[in-house]
Amino acid sequence: MDTTAVPGLVAVVLVSLVTLAIGTWGLRFSRTTSDFFVASRTVRPRLNASAIGGEYLSAASFLGIAGLLLVGGAEMLWYPVGWTAGYLVLLVLVAAPLRRSGAYTLPDFAEARLGSRTVRAACSLFVVGVGWLYLLPQFEGAGITLHAAIGAPEWVGPVVVGGVVLANVTSGGMRSITFVQAFQYWLKLTALLIPAAVLLAVWWGDGRPGSGLGDGEWSVPVAGHAGDGGLGLYTTYSLIIALFLGTMGLPHVVVRFYTNPDGRAARRTTVVVLGFLGLFYLLPPVYAGLGRVYGGQLVSSGRSDVLVLELPRVMLEGAGGDVLTGLVTAGAFAAFLSTSSGLAIAVAGVLTQDVTTRLVGERDGVTAFRVAAVVAVVIPLVVALLVRNVGVAQSVGLAFAVAASTFCPLLVLGIWWRGLTDVGALAGLGAGGLGAGGAAVVTLGGYSPGGWAGALLGQPAAWSVPLAVVVMVTVSLATAGRAPAHARRFLVRLHTPESLAS
Amino acid sequence: MVERVRVTGPPRHTAASRTATRLGDVTEQTALGDLYLRSLLAEQLRLALRVIGLLVVTLGLVPLLFHLAPSLAERQLFGVPVVWLALGVLVYPFLLFLGWRYVRRAERNERVFADLVGGHADHDGDGD
Repeated sequence: MDTTAVPGLVAVVLVSLVTLAIGTWGLRFSRTTSDFFVASRTVRPRLNASAIGGEYLSAASFLGIAGLLLVGGAEMLWYPVGWTAGYLVLLVLVAAPLRRSGAYTLPDFAEARLGSRTVRAACSLFVVGVGWLYLLPQFEGAGITLHAAIGAPEWVGPVVVGGVVLANVTSGGMRSITFVQAFQYWLKLTALLIPAAVLLAVWWGDGRPGSGLGDGEWSVPVAGHAGDGGLGLYTTYSLIIALFLGTMGLPHVVVRFYTNPDGRAARRTTVVVLGFLGLFYLLPPVYAGLGRVYGGQLVSSGRSDVLVLELPRVMLEGAGGDVLTGLVTAGAFAAFLSTSSGLAIAVAGVLTQDVTTRLVGERDGVTAFRVAAVVAVVIPLVVALLVRNVGVAQSVGLAFAVAASTFCPLLVLGIWWRGLTDVGALAGLGAGGLGAGGAAVVTLGGYSPGGWAGALLGQPAAWSVPLAVVVMVTVSLATAGRAPAHARRFLVRLHTPESLAS
Repeated sequence: MVERVRVTGPPRHTAASRTATRLGDVTEQTALGDLYLRSLLAEQLRLALRVIGLLVVTLGLVPLLFHLAPSLAERQLFGVPVVWLALGVLVYPFLLFLGWRYVRRAERNERVFADLVGGHADHDGDGD
């Protein structure tokens, strides 16, 4: 191993150790089953918002966006904008009612609202599916990062991330993970902010060489080009729909809401999250802009996805570059750990309720949770080791499309419309899930026909979300007699302010 | 998992009996309760749709605008193309502001509703 690997290695080891240490420290507060699942529902808005930010800002945010912006230009700005705006949509449509529903997971919500075990089972399937679809790129990204940073073989990253996540999740559950993820938000922000400031100073010192920002092509926020018959426009709008509506359906996002004390706190937490996400997303465009000036050879050699990791050394020689490289590597590694932990908790929560509790028995909730966590991590880990090159940004985007086409209509209609029936929900989940999920499987399988067919498969949200909504509403109206008798009582609970509830 | 249970039992002979009665109106299927709930639901939904509508006519129109008038991409402000300023920087304070304003209004709606069905002392007798 040559000396250029030292900063990255130090960073990875340090982040892993600190993560495990905070997780262990959090153990002191983690005694009951309730601590394991929901941190006993007592996490305050500021801490909870840090944890949500830490969990939500995945590798795609930390590494992916800067590279996408460098190559794709302004049309890629929709990724960070959509990931933030998704939280606003979640805030206005589902945040407080979801917390008040008392549901811990999406299947819990579906069962409580519709009184149907079948809908619950369907939701559980989708949660595990979306969760694993989202875990895959995290593991794969970890492999790429460790390969780039310290020259490790590509299987090392997934195994290290999987190991640390499993150790933390199984030992401390949600309570200790909350501390870990709050720490990781601030680590990620610092790890992107300080190098950005230093590199901007270097650029200023170099006499502010032309950024090429004025280059027309690079500043068009729509995909495609004039005369493609609106194909680019479709792709951009479809991506916007998937990101704006998909956030509320991500399993690890929903679980977090139950750790709020009440619906009011859930709303306030979400606003703080909006601030934290916006703060973070100011930074990737800085790297992309500097990459335009200094990173020409990264683009030409097709390595734009490691822009954030490589830029410090490209611009700054010697110890300065090494320290900054260590910092961004630490941030990237924190991104893999926190998002994977959140997903592992969410998937493990669903598996515990629907599978392992039956195997272990009701009394030992903690053991059931630990067994579920091992299953939740090991299966996508093995898949990530077997299947290479899934394409980080693409599978994350498709996970959003599937979530937007299934859970988004279920949550919004379930919260605002009394007439939703179990049959309608099942039909809508099926239509949206088969549509978007089928497109995801076909695309990840490597089939891309090009033209309109390719766009419709690669960005399914613009047709699969309306399809799911229309099917859900139509079938519900046709089976209006099956609307659960407790629906209005349930809606009252969702929308009644806490001051009246006790 | 322990489900959160809310007490909505029959009116008790305490000072809070009015609360129990009116809240009971909402929970049970009475004409008055139906009206209360419908008004809160409609108010909150209208508020949510207003925020989303605002998103649609601001952010939602950007791609269409640039598709129809590609020359917008060359517009600059302080040497930075306008689109990078708008979608890279200004959009985040904008989203934060929308969220903050939404929370204030949603909580106000809930206070009005609580006053209505909770029948605070000073509002006593207003409704019936």
